[in-house]
Amino acid sequence: MRGRVRGGRASEFAMETLIRVLGFSTIGFVLLIFLFLLREGVPVFFEVPLKGIFSSHWYPTFGFFGTLPLILGSILVTVFSIVIALPLGVATAVFVREVAPRWVRDILKPIIEVLAGIPSVVLGFFGMTFVAPFVRVLGAPTGLTAFTGAFILAYMALPTIISVAEDALDSVPRSYRDAGLAMGATRWQTMWRVVVPAARSGILTAVMLGMGRAIGETMAVMMVTGNAAVMPSSLAALFKPIRTMTSTIAAEMGEVARGSTHYHALFGIGIILFVLTFLINLAAASAIFQKKRRGGLR
Amino acid sequence: MIDRTLVQRLGFGLLGLIAFVVVAPILLVIGVIVARGISAINWQFLSTMPHGGMKQGGILPAIVGTLWLTLGTALVAVPIGVGGAIYLSEYARDTRLTRSIRLAIVNLAGIPSIVYGLFGLGMFVLFLRFGTSILAGSLTLAIMTLPVIISTAEEALRAVPQEFRTVSESLGGTRWQGIRNIVLPQALPGIITGVILGLLRAAGETAPILFTVAAFYLPRLPSSPLDQTMALPYHLYVISTQVPGMPLSVQYGTALVLLALVLSLNIVASVMRRHFRRKRQW
Repeated sequence: MRGRVRGGRASEFAMETLIRVLGFSTIGFVLLIFLFLLREGVPVFFEVPLKGIFSSHWYPTFGFFGTLPLILGSILVTVFSIVIALPLGVATAVFVREVAPRWVRDILKPIIEVLAGIPSVVLGFFGMTFVAPFVRVLGAPTGLTAFTGAFILAYMALPTIISVAEDALDSVPRSYRDAGLAMGATRWQTMWRVVVPAARSGILTAVMLGMGRAIGETMAVMMVTGNAAVMPSSLAALFKPIRTMTSTIAAEMGEVARGSTHYHALFGIGIILFVLTFLINLAAASAIFQKKRRGGLR
Repeated sequence: MIDRTLVQRLGFGLLGLIAFVVVAPILLVIGVIVARGISAINWQFLSTMPHGGMKQGGILPAIVGTLWLTLGTALVAVPIGVGGAIYLSEYARDTRLTRSIRLAIVNLAGIPSIVYGLFGLGMFVLFLRFGTSILAGSLTLAIMTLPVIISTAEEALRAVPQEFRTVSESLGGTRWQGIRNIVLPQALPGIITGVILGLLRAAGETAPILFTVAAFYLPRLPSSPLDQTMALPYHLYVISTQVPGMPLSVQYGTALVLLALVLSLNIVASVMRRHFRRKRQW
């Protein structure tokens, strides 16, 4: 009997150690990912002069590795998708939380959850075959443009933005609402002058998480933006084909020789993407953690 | 003076309209894919090899490939994810180290899927010499899936009331016994829901498997974890962008099969969550 207990102790110790290791594994994975990106990507900074890396020509076959058009392409598509998604997302979150009766909410929320589950390749395919023809009518020759990409991306970012914004609205104390109404304001006035401003830091977090999602999106963007690595020089570029960092990696990695400058350059773009999304998520996360620690609202 | 209640009524109407604008296209996507794809779906489409430059025949190897990949992902991600969640909910105290674990999880969730693809290529395909294979792809997808599994599993574990742990301890149980016999079984439905949500995301991903698994055209079924394989999402990408003259019905049919797979898992997860929330007695 005693032996069994002691045996139990030993296996229990092993189990708890294992769980501790698994707990820390996520830190290890983040480091591993960064390490391998550096290992394969850093050589490009020795093979191509820094001026070349940030020049405006991306023609890998001729030895031009200027990432500027790709970076600007990503930024253009991402910013514009947020311009579409932010008002839609916040308005929908306010509607779901503050206005809609229960049964409407019970219909809306599962549908929005479904959107989060649709694979990006399916949305890209839908964008190509169904949305692009409409954009063509607006005057873009193929319909595969930065605008089409931003439009699809906006919908992909919406579930994130809506659910985080909803949480933010939810954490505004009831007394704020009561105080607004007691002052004689209508529900509408209370919503926009008291509740939404009180939730603004949470809404900002929602926007950042949505942006992180949009800038890293690959398949849908690659399929609907037309994939032309040209500099977006004016707003008219919105209705022209464009190419993002993510779609460049996806489209070209399959054909490059391992160890070539082109191969290293694609990993180099991966490093830029990793650092960019890391910073965006760090900012979003610190906003979340801060709120928790301060324990103010909620 | 404008009538304030009129403003409010118009405002609420506008918000409702916007919510409709958000939701309607989602239904449209599903409706269009079902309407245009259903005609391609028959037993032969689901159960035979593609031939004639993929324009004829079925998509069996892509379906089987996706199932193998999802299974492989589960085998790796579930133990690591659930273990990590147990650590965070039952063992970790609020230290700087714990906060960096949480930060790592947030960042893993934010890394673009194509960057996971690069990582998988660099580490599993080339460095560990797994080659483009189901093994390399499953490992890549598993790491990508971890954040979803860890956060949902942790939430499920934390929902188990503290008293359950106290009672187990007061009966002389050790901490691990309490976890294994009381906390885990109580949290199991929530954990399974999270696992399904993570896996359905993995099943639909294309970018991480582009350079780690995917075979453009491979009309046979994989026989070992070191085999390449076709996969549904990659197949949809290939036939809609890389193969000229592909019949639209086959493209929509493939999209429908993928969508049906993912959405049915989604429905299973949300029905489970609702069912167990209602049955729960605490």
